[in-house]
Amino acid sequence: MGIDLFIFLLFILVLSVFLGFELISKVPSILHTPLMSGSNAISGITLVGALVSAGAESNTISTTLGTLAVVFATINVVGGYLVTDRMLKMFKKR
Amino acid sequence: MDFTILINIVYIIAAILFALGLKMLSSPESARKGNLISAVGMFLAVVATLLTKGLSFQWIVLGIFIGSILGIFAARLIAMTAMPEMVALLNGFGGIASLLVGWAVFHAGLRVELLTIITVFLSVLIGGVTFTGSIVAWGKLSGVFPSKSLLFQGQKILNLTLLLSILTCGIVFISNPAANYQAFLLIVALSFFLGISSVIPIGGADMPVVISLLNSYSGLAACAAGFVIKNNILIVAGALVGASGIILTRIMCKAMNRSIANVLFSGFGSVIKQAVGEEKGDIKPINVQDAYLILEAAKSVVFVPGYGLAVAQAQHVVRELGGLLEENGCEVEYAIHPVAGRMPGHMNVLLAEANVPYDQLFEMDNINPKFNAVDVCVVIGANDVVNPAALHDKTSPIYGMPIIEAYKAKTVFVLKRSMATGFAGIPNELFFYENTRMLFGDAKKTISGLVAEFKES
Repeated sequence: MGIDLFIFLLFILVLSVFLGFELISKVPSILHTPLMSGSNAISGITLVGALVSAGAESNTISTTLGTLAVVFATINVVGGYLVTDRMLKMFKKR
Repeated sequence: MDFTILINIVYIIAAILFALGLKMLSSPESARKGNLISAVGMFLAVVATLLTKGLSFQWIVLGIFIGSILGIFAARLIAMTAMPEMVALLNGFGGIASLLVGWAVFHAGLRVELLTIITVFLSVLIGGVTFTGSIVAWGKLSGVFPSKSLLFQGQKILNLTLLLSILTCGIVFISNPAANYQAFLLIVALSFFLGISSVIPIGGADMPVVISLLNSYSGLAACAAGFVIKNNILIVAGALVGASGIILTRIMCKAMNRSIANVLFSGFGSVIKQAVGEEKGDIKPINVQDAYLILEAAKSVVFVPGYGLAVAQAQHVVRELGGLLEENGCEVEYAIHPVAGRMPGHMNVLLAEANVPYDQLFEMDNINPKFNAVDVCVVIGANDVVNPAALHDKTSPIYGMPIIEAYKAKTVFVLKRSMATGFAGIPNELFFYENTRMLFGDAKKTISGLVAEFKES
């Protein structure tokens, strides 16, 4: 990775953190648990990286590690979104 | 055919959907749709990634299949009271996934540039600490490990030594990755160890802070993995999660009037024990029949739930009692302290599960000014968050912590199993107040008793 690309990615990181602060600070405290499980699901985005590692077939160890990563990240994505939905479904108005 | 451009465009769309989804979480009405939108973003990102040139699908399909089955079962079967454990585990899985991605990329051996190797190191370090730290947190929350804080001599020195060793190994590894695989494996092992040793000293009541912090780590780990594979969407999504965890951590710390350093390093519950004050006055027990008579005459009742409500699984009977009170012409509200329970928002989810409408759930700052007009305040399994000592007793370990001002109500019922002190071992002067009545026993049984009294009349 060249320094140019690195700086570019860092740029994206910094702006995303600010965006995150803006968005999350508006979430009311009654929704903090679904926020956590929902953001867990989002952090399952590592799945995208895991898929490439598991499918690239560079060598056995990489494929094994990648496949394991796919399993864990998928649990995060699927479990996270479903359980968040299950919780949010319960919040009703009078 | 090379789909690189298409894949990247889809990643941009996914990033927009993640942001939109989080934005819609700002109100309970739109939250469920927001979660769905975020899930669609994730689905698109995954499908687009599968278009990457030269992928073989057998292992991918197997991994996704196993992960989906486990995820579906976990999400369906988990009890709402066990949500903190579930979130702790999910944090840990996010961490280990990032660690594994970093490791796999290193093994693939395609790229050996300095900056990539540094990010591999970071993703392994953060991912490893997040993984074992979350497993310890899960163990403490589910009762597999003792939940009290475990302090030992030289703990800080051990953690510092661990961190320095990891950094040393990191420098060795980064200087010549191909020749120093042992150093890499040592980094993995030491990161695991650091995760364990840094969460072990933290007690059960401080778990809201720890879970929030680990939540933020799992996002940072995804960010680091994003740098490893030079992928924007990982960085954006990881940063959103990292920011979310940091905000929650700050809210939790503020609600306990403690610094993050104090939570992480001091082992609250164990240090406090010597600071036991004298008891002031007598406690006044009351039985269910008399409590019913007072509730029956009340025009305004506020429930203050705490972790004890979750332990006793009393949320459904509380809702039933609330409903009967409303039929009786009484105004019913619920006051929720930010750190009540074992994770941010824990009590809200439990009460929502029991069909309490969310417009009856009040944050501490919104309900406190109303307490002078409240006839009966029912404290269920909460302790430190209603202790008035936090307001005026400078010698109290919780002095300065914002509390729910339950003591201002005309009558306060405290539901408690026994006179044992709360988690932090601090005597609660509210129990000795003139307007306080103690309802001893299992919270669920007590409330069921009150419900039965209402139904008989």
